[in-house]
Amino acid sequence: MTASRRTTVIAAFCLAVSMTACVLLLRHLDRIRPKATIEDVLYIESPKMVKRASLGFDGLMACIYWTRTVQYFGHRHYERAHTYNELAPLLEITTALDPHLLPAYQFGASFLAPTPPYGAGQPDRAIQLMEYGIAHNPDNWQLYYNLAFVYYTELKDYKKASEIFDRGSHVPNAHPFMRIMAAQTAQHAGDYMTARMLWSATFETSRETNIRQNALEHLRAIQVDEDVARLQAAVTRFGERTGRLPSSISALCAAEHLPGIPADPDGNAYTMTPEGRILVQHPDDFPFISKGLPPGYKPSGLPKFHTKG
Amino acid sequence: MTARIVHIARNTFREAVRDRVLYNLIAFALLLSGAAIFVGQISIDIERLVVVNLGLSAVSLFGVVIAIFIGIGLVSKEIEKRTLYTVLSRPVRRWEFIIGKFFGLAGTLVVNTFFMAIGVFGALLYVAHRFSRPDALILVALYFIVLEFFIICSLALLFSSFSSPLLSAVFAFSLFVIGSFADDLRGFAGLTHGFTRWFATGAAYLVPNFSALNVISAVAHQQPLGAQLILQNTLYALFYTAMALSGAVLIFERRNLK
Repeated sequence: MTASRRTTVIAAFCLAVSMTACVLLLRHLDRIRPKATIEDVLYIESPKMVKRASLGFDGLMACIYWTRTVQYFGHRHYERAHTYNELAPLLEITTALDPHLLPAYQFGASFLAPTPPYGAGQPDRAIQLMEYGIAHNPDNWQLYYNLAFVYYTELKDYKKASEIFDRGSHVPNAHPFMRIMAAQTAQHAGDYMTARMLWSATFETSRETNIRQNALEHLRAIQVDEDVARLQAAVTRFGERTGRLPSSISALCAAEHLPGIPADPDGNAYTMTPEGRILVQHPDDFPFISKGLPPGYKPSGLPKFHTKG
Repeated sequence: MTARIVHIARNTFREAVRDRVLYNLIAFALLLSGAAIFVGQISIDIERLVVVNLGLSAVSLFGVVIAIFIGIGLVSKEIEKRTLYTVLSRPVRRWEFIIGKFFGLAGTLVVNTFFMAIGVFGALLYVAHRFSRPDALILVALYFIVLEFFIICSLALLFSSFSSPLLSAVFAFSLFVIGSFADDLRGFAGLTHGFTRWFATGAAYLVPNFSALNVISAVAHQQPLGAQLILQNTLYALFYTAMALSGAVLIFERRNLK
């Protein structure tokens, strides 16, 4: 082996060893250091300042901030966190950098509005975001739809939701169901059919898999809530008629002349407690249900989403 | 005259290629292909936007860096290596030398941009699976970026004609930053009074207005660009380049090279 070749081999070996050592040491350091809280820090909070600092490349910066927002929300959501302090500022910076970045409004509202752990529980900030989006994209009917959705599902302000649907229905090329939704929310606010219509519309008009999946889960939850409410009403009727609770869910179904024990969308039959309370068998499979949950129920882990959609 | 300018331009282009300037294309390709593949996995619904925004921003930034760092050495390096004396001892006028250098560097950047444009469209095809009519707007954005390069090349040459490479780089980069804020500078001038207003307005018109040439966001959102904008931006860039090159020629003509 020549001297030059020997030097090359030794240098290559040193390089490989040093690189491996650096990686291993860093991994070790990550374990012993207190957990970095980088996701909870916004070094520059002013949207205007970030826009200036981007030197005209604000579109690229908006994409970077949007990706950061998604990562921040995803990380907090995965941890089932109850605080999302930086979510609204991140979304404000993203949309100030690029006011036409529609995914930031559409997904942003669904990150901000729902109650924790499904979202930040900040419907007011979601409304501000959507109003900003509408001001900069007045011809996009979907933004009106998303805004009305926040009023309907999170704030239960059906009158306002109806108004927003109506405003959106006047936008050129608005989907015809906007007009229907305006009328429906005005007349039948808060009922299952209207909620089902809203989520069905979301499912059918979105191309995005995550949104469709979320809509599908809500449709399944509405089905369960409606079933449980109907069965619970049957229990009450049974009690009024006989002066006692049904001995089992089979007895209840026989008294109500039902063909069999009703089942949830997964095909699992509903159950009944001795106190006459109707329950779903696997509440973890229905992350958005409000009825049929065992007393003191706490979700065991991350919501299970179905792959259909 | 034209033949001499072409000769100098060709040699400048060859020198840039020999200096491995086009190696930046490898970094660009890696950046863009990485973004096209990975952004879809870490973000939501912005794959196309990222490719257009990142692609065009990278074309612009890579080009600006090349324009500044090659441009500042175009004259001073020739003096340092004493090759300028050989060139000027032939029947070559000083202004022909400056113009030839400009076209050589501009040509390098156009070739560089051409290959990067292929990369941008390739990445776009990868994420969108097909081209749509509004994608043609990307060509307009690339054209504006090339116009931006012409201005920066001419400015780098202007500074290179009287200053050291380090100071030329500082001046050229500062003008690039200030030029990106040209609209704000004009807005600031509108808020002031008296001498400050005159000074700020004068400065706002003197520095290159790069914000007018930046249509990356608009193109990413497929917003139409008017023919008037294209025409007036072209004229603006050409006049500004001519202005800076004239300044460079004036200074270089009078420079004592002994």
